[in-house]
Amino acid sequence: MTLTTFLQHCLTGISLGGAYALIAIGYTMVYGILRLINFAHGDIFMMAGYFMIFALASFPWQIAIPLVIVLTFLLGAGIERAAYKPLRNAPRMSIMISAIGVSYLLQNLATYLFTALPRAYPEIPFLKHIFRIGELSSSLVTFITPILSVVLVVLLMLLINHTKVGMAMRAVSKDFETAKLMGIRINTVISVTFAIGSTLAAVGSILYFTDRMSVTPFSGTLPGLKCFVAAVLGGIGSVPGAMVGGFLIGLSETMLVAFGYSTFSDAFTFLLLIIMLLFRPTGLFGEKTTDKV
Amino acid sequence: MKKGIPWIATLIASTLLIAWLTSLEANKANHGMLISILQKSVILAVVACAMNLLNGFTGLFSLGQAGFMAIGAYVTALLTIPTKNLDGVYYMNGIAPSIKAFRQWLDTAPSWVAASYPYLALLIGGLVAAAFAALIGFPVLRLKSDYLAIATLGFSEIIRAILASPQLDTVTNGSYGLNKIPGFASILSPFLIAAVCIAIMVLLLRSSYGRAFKAIREDEVAAEAMGINLLKHKAMSFVTSSFFTAIAGGMLAMFMRSIEAKTFSISLTYDILLIVVIGGIGSMTGSILGAFLMTASKEWWLRFFDQPLTLWGWEVPFFRTGLRMVIFSLLLMVVVLFYSRGLMGSREFNWNFLLPETWKSLLKRLPNRRKKA
Repeated sequence: MTLTTFLQHCLTGISLGGAYALIAIGYTMVYGILRLINFAHGDIFMMAGYFMIFALASFPWQIAIPLVIVLTFLLGAGIERAAYKPLRNAPRMSIMISAIGVSYLLQNLATYLFTALPRAYPEIPFLKHIFRIGELSSSLVTFITPILSVVLVVLLMLLINHTKVGMAMRAVSKDFETAKLMGIRINTVISVTFAIGSTLAAVGSILYFTDRMSVTPFSGTLPGLKCFVAAVLGGIGSVPGAMVGGFLIGLSETMLVAFGYSTFSDAFTFLLLIIMLLFRPTGLFGEKTTDKV
Repeated sequence: MKKGIPWIATLIASTLLIAWLTSLEANKANHGMLISILQKSVILAVVACAMNLLNGFTGLFSLGQAGFMAIGAYVTALLTIPTKNLDGVYYMNGIAPSIKAFRQWLDTAPSWVAASYPYLALLIGGLVAAAFAALIGFPVLRLKSDYLAIATLGFSEIIRAILASPQLDTVTNGSYGLNKIPGFASILSPFLIAAVCIAIMVLLLRSSYGRAFKAIREDEVAAEAMGINLLKHKAMSFVTSSFFTAIAGGMLAMFMRSIEAKTFSISLTYDILLIVVIGGIGSMTGSILGAFLMTASKEWWLRFFDQPLTLWGWEVPFFRTGLRMVIFSLLLMVVVLFYSRGLMGSREFNWNFLLPETWKSLLKRLPNRRKKA
């Protein structure tokens, strides 16, 4: 393998990692606040892919992209209202089962509405523009993805650390009950969290599917799980951690494929997760927590 | 209730069941659909009970069922595909010589081995899965609820990736999968195997081990303080559950006659989880009931949603392929959101409903209705 091909693979990996990072943030924020693995997040990401197909069929991309982001935002917030809010006081296992149920519903709904056959993902002209740096050449989306995800993460960190909503989010994730007693509107905070997560998933889906060219009702499952793994690797609840985890998973996956072990690339992600859980369950950037009896 | 009555009632019920199944089998041509649904249900009932043993009774939220089913299915398939068909099954990749030699050696075994062969194969599949569960159990079981779920899910995906990997093509036949697996000799045999499996699990739950499992579910710290060895009991529950899950996986292979790695994806685990939820987390009879209800409604009762429907000359909109699953998942969400205890909650089936006293006490609970009457 020459240096150029190696760098080319690195570039692909970082780009994939950027898309993963955006999705992983949705997992990490929801888990930080509700202690819930939002199994439906991967399917929200898949639905965003379908939204884009239909939006771009009737609008130019300047309108289609914001439209997709708004639709996904509504879908995410709607799911939270319908499926998770009624279970706020239920045991944690029920919310997780509800999340699995929503994921099942979204997949079946997508199969019903759009059939199980892969649909071609539309090309957004300027994203597909071929771009060169030295010997490396790739479409613009590959270069944009990591930059965009870093910018979004920085913006999100500013939101979390320097605004009132962000402060409320931090308070709720530290202690649900006390935050409630201090007069924080829990439901608003949770809705905002879901909305941010879904918005980022929409951006991630545009970047991810532009490179993959087709969407099926099940194309959200595996990326979804991988992004959850990324969130755990980085330390669940930590936004920069999710980003680092996403890049790590994206890079390692691309490298395994490049070296010819493509069947193991998914398995390797989970192996990484299990090793991480055994030796450092709190992840790279996670806070140490102690269980109270 | 007198002590003998439940036994007699159970005996009568199972005799009736066996008689009904035998009559179905005698009339196979007319009841093909019903027979296959019953077989699939009873297989899923075993997995659902095994999952309930782990998730509902021990409180360990594991999502690795599909992986263990895959182990059971592949081992059973490798051991039961007739030796003369092996070359045909592996026509693309060729078969590993050691497996073929082993199978040929097995064919020279005495006749009683050959007769009990499918059962032995299921048992071996179960044991392999149990050994694997013991291997991964000790590290994984230290993890807490959600992490355990995601780690077991990960293991199930790893197993699937290994089974589908090109390096194992001569054993698992890669993406072509294994076929020509002999089916059940009679419709009664899956019921028999399932009954034995579920009975063993119920007996385990009624023993002191079962009470320890429930104590762990209620409160780990308290259970540990009472002198229950947490890791030992968790591992025991995990290994037992995996063993029966793999047996059911082997039965699924015999039922489907052909398997591939894709069959055992995460959605299979989700299906089983939903059965457990519908039946009631913490109720074995609920899981059995849930398995039959789910399979029948998914494969049979809700089928008509998938075909275009015309009522009195008016074509009902939306009826086309896929609507069945949408309605099915909506029903599931209704159960999850509004009847989170499922059909049975944590109650178990008993014969008390036969007694007049039960009905009297039930009627007493409905005073308003009585007044109206």
